[in-house]
Amino acid sequence: MATVTTEPRALLRSRILRRPTATTGIWSWVTTVDHKRIGILYGVTSFVFFLVGGLEAMLIRLQLARPNGTVVTAEAYNQIFTMHGLTMIFLVVMPLSAAFFNYMLPLMIGARDVAFPRLNAFSYWVFLFGGLFLYSSFLLGGAPSGGWFGYAPLSEQPAQHMHMYALGLIILGISSTVAAVNFAVTVINMRAPGMSLFRMPVFVWMTFVVSFLLIFALPVLTIGLVELFFDVTYGTHFFDVAGGGDPVLWQHFFWLFGHPEVYILVLPAMGIVSEILPVFARKPLFGYPVVVLSGIAIGFMGWGVWAHHMFVVGLGPVANSAFALSTMFIAVPTGVKIFNWLATLWGGDIRFRTPLLFALGFIAMFIIGGLSGVTHAVVPADYQQSDTYYIVAHFHYVLFGGSIFGLFAGIYYWWPKITGRMLSEAIGKVHFWLMLVGFNLTFGPMHILGLEGMPRRIYRYQPGLGFDFWNMVSTVGAFLIGTSVLLFLYNAVRSFRHGQVAGPDPWDARTLEWATTSPPPPHNFEEVPVVHALDDFWHRKYAEGVDGRLVPVVAGGANGDPTGNEGSGADAEAAVAPNESAGVDLRGGGEAALPPTVQGEDHDSGAYGDAHGGGGHGIHMPSPSYYPAIAALGLPILCYGLLYSSILVIDGALTLLVGLFGWATEPSAE
Amino acid sequence: MRRRGKARRGAILLAGLAFLASACGSGKPQNSLDPAGSYARKIDALFDPVFWIAVAVFVLVEGLMVVILVKFRHRPGNPVPRQVHGNKRLEIGWTLAPSLLLAGVAVFTIPVIFQLAAAPSGDVLRINVTGHQWWWEVRYPAQKIITANELHIPVGRKVRITLTSGDSGSAGRAVIHSFWVPRLAGKQDLEPAHTTHLLIQADAPGTYLGQCAEYCGLSHANMHLRVVAETAANFQTWVQREGQPARQPPADVLAIMTRADIGCNGCHAIKGVKDPTGSPFIGAVGPDLTHFGSRARFAGDTFDNTRQNLAAWLHDAPSLKPGVDMPSFVGKLSKQDIDALVAYLQGLK
Repeated sequence: MATVTTEPRALLRSRILRRPTATTGIWSWVTTVDHKRIGILYGVTSFVFFLVGGLEAMLIRLQLARPNGTVVTAEAYNQIFTMHGLTMIFLVVMPLSAAFFNYMLPLMIGARDVAFPRLNAFSYWVFLFGGLFLYSSFLLGGAPSGGWFGYAPLSEQPAQHMHMYALGLIILGISSTVAAVNFAVTVINMRAPGMSLFRMPVFVWMTFVVSFLLIFALPVLTIGLVELFFDVTYGTHFFDVAGGGDPVLWQHFFWLFGHPEVYILVLPAMGIVSEILPVFARKPLFGYPVVVLSGIAIGFMGWGVWAHHMFVVGLGPVANSAFALSTMFIAVPTGVKIFNWLATLWGGDIRFRTPLLFALGFIAMFIIGGLSGVTHAVVPADYQQSDTYYIVAHFHYVLFGGSIFGLFAGIYYWWPKITGRMLSEAIGKVHFWLMLVGFNLTFGPMHILGLEGMPRRIYRYQPGLGFDFWNMVSTVGAFLIGTSVLLFLYNAVRSFRHGQVAGPDPWDARTLEWATTSPPPPHNFEEVPVVHALDDFWHRKYAEGVDGRLVPVVAGGANGDPTGNEGSGADAEAAVAPNESAGVDLRGGGEAALPPTVQGEDHDSGAYGDAHGGGGHGIHMPSPSYYPAIAALGLPILCYGLLYSSILVIDGALTLLVGLFGWATEPSAE
Repeated sequence: MRRRGKARRGAILLAGLAFLASACGSGKPQNSLDPAGSYARKIDALFDPVFWIAVAVFVLVEGLMVVILVKFRHRPGNPVPRQVHGNKRLEIGWTLAPSLLLAGVAVFTIPVIFQLAAAPSGDVLRINVTGHQWWWEVRYPAQKIITANELHIPVGRKVRITLTSGDSGSAGRAVIHSFWVPRLAGKQDLEPAHTTHLLIQADAPGTYLGQCAEYCGLSHANMHLRVVAETAANFQTWVQREGQPARQPPADVLAIMTRADIGCNGCHAIKGVKDPTGSPFIGAVGPDLTHFGSRARFAGDTFDNTRQNLAAWLHDAPSLKPGVDMPSFVGKLSKQDIDALVAYLQGLK
């Protein structure tokens, strides 16, 4: 099986720093390499950024509540909307998805950790420092104000402060790339025995697809950002017409990254929804292979639609027609997913718990975003819609109504697994309805505003243009959203004291993360589970009769002894092969793929060293380390150096090198 | 859940009504749903059916979802649901159905893309528009007219606008703008060093408002424009008048305008006016002021051309329009100076 790393223990014992030993307190968090703790760090950090980005949104809505608003200046407004976009995309939706990748992915595939635990810590620290770097711009002469899309040549005017934008996004790109490689390798190499690709939960599949999207999309952005930085700082002419450059090149770079990015933002939420619906409808996902394949199809087709962001640039009717077609047809796999979700609910025994409500909110809102997206593909209509509030409405229906609702569904769903306690259902439901109403009040009217002629990114609008009423409605809606988020915060804090103790499997769920305790032990599973079917954990609890009716498995049952009842699980598998009716053999070569014995941990021997199965004794987990955080710290120092002083460049580079050297010469576990 | 269904039906109705109300267009001078010329109408005629198809799909799918949620909600004593894993035929069906629907939309879309891009034949008026931070330079090459922020066009005639972006004074390199007058046409970006084209046409006399749609920096919000459509005769009169040189300023006004610390001529052109040394007013940083008094608004069509507004502008422009190149003359222009300048400028009909 896969051998991931072999540490040259004997060769290098020299140390820069003593191995960290803290298991509690702040240093245990700084030095942790446990995917679950890193997941929590990702989650908490991105939620703090969510609050900051939300406050920026509130300022935007206050400014626009009335015509000729004077809450903030033009300069402040332009900085705020730029930072709102950057924050929500790079510091909220991406890392909040990464929080779930981190925490859940190894559990869902029956692994003890990700493939490269220290690299995982590194990507978190780079993300944190990248976010702080970006926000430090407020103190260093002003935040970027050229828009998250950073169109050259405007972004090359010194007044827009886009040097911090370029460097900040490069740092964040390093974090995402590193994480993506880690997750892709984890999915390829770390699956429990028997978990063939087509037995992976859909969320794992979507993580896998997103990892490849990130690996291929971020370099395109990075090239653009480096060129932008060179133009701004060193006087090159990549996007400067006076020197023979071309601003339209930036747009191609940006959207060739930017459109796959949309799917990077939304596929994880689609994966979460695909996990939640079957659990609360008590039915398997309808057409699992089709849902997976349509996710993969979106991943591929997402590369062929970027110029629909550029219909008014003047690329000509042939290019516009081609991208109109590709844009229309990318709606097909998305539509397929929605129909499969509805079919999953059809005939179910639907329990309206908060996670399901948010998942349904995702579907309901994403449909609206998808339909308005199709109207953009009608190129002449887009000549009117482009750069108006109609677009703002559209992408908030996709990224808030979609991604954020999906991520909240995931938070409510997995909260008991992560904290061991339930969130309040009552508060959760109020949160959901308040957010749904607030969301639609905020962004629904923006469709009308855009079609009635209100452009985006304006810090004020004049009276007499007919924009007053709907802008006021939108502002009221935004404050409802704000209130609902405060309710969630209260719910979260409350659950630590008063939340009902969850137990390992509070939702009677289907996937492996529910087979272990809540929260899981550092080594995740006492014994690595052996997988016989899609939704293996479910089949340990329930067998399926020939008519598709469920028969609870008598022994073991809902407590999910991971190695119990494999016989029954296999029987269920044999009785009704999942997705047989869809005509795809999902069993990945069937039972032959299973190792002959179920005792072996040896499939991940590289990562865990000399692990022995059983009872958590002798399971060697990777040891904590200072070096990922140290290496990560080098990057922002280096970037400040590029802007302010070459001494800092050397300092940052040295910090990075020391971190990497210490990292390379310390064994992963001891 | 029933409540949810009702709420949704109400929302659809409300949205529909809002839509109809907005189509009437009173008090909404930038309403793209209220087209006033052939090109804008072509777009609207394409958008309308697509919108209603989208509404139909919305009602069907969301309605289906509500039905499912009500019908299959958990009730005590429900049997365990049958474990259905998929259905090939259904899934092929709901892959094909949207594909065909979208193919239908595409068939109607693509010809319009080409129609809107085709160079017009026949009697076409040509106008060149250059975007600056944050105003529009407007030139009629055949009529030899230079003006700003306000296009005059004859009713019924096709107008081909050639667009580019020009240098932006102290802000530096030219940036991207987007020309957009929603009731007359879709929008078209203005790219530095490229030229792009846009066709507009108005059916009836009237004023059609628009504004820059591509974020172009600090005062992007203050970059408006207007298109005044007139009868052919009125348009000819306008062309005639715009071709004339400007009224000469009285000596005292000229003295203020050419003072070293004021220097209107450093940035503005006024046709036919010369400074005391005999050099003409040909500054090119700001708008041409030759017929400034005839324009409805100023500063990127942002402020009504009233005495009061203009006086405030001459006093301290940057406080009214952030980032503007027009300097503040606080402490440099007295109230009397400003009054004299306002009187002269507004007299430039």
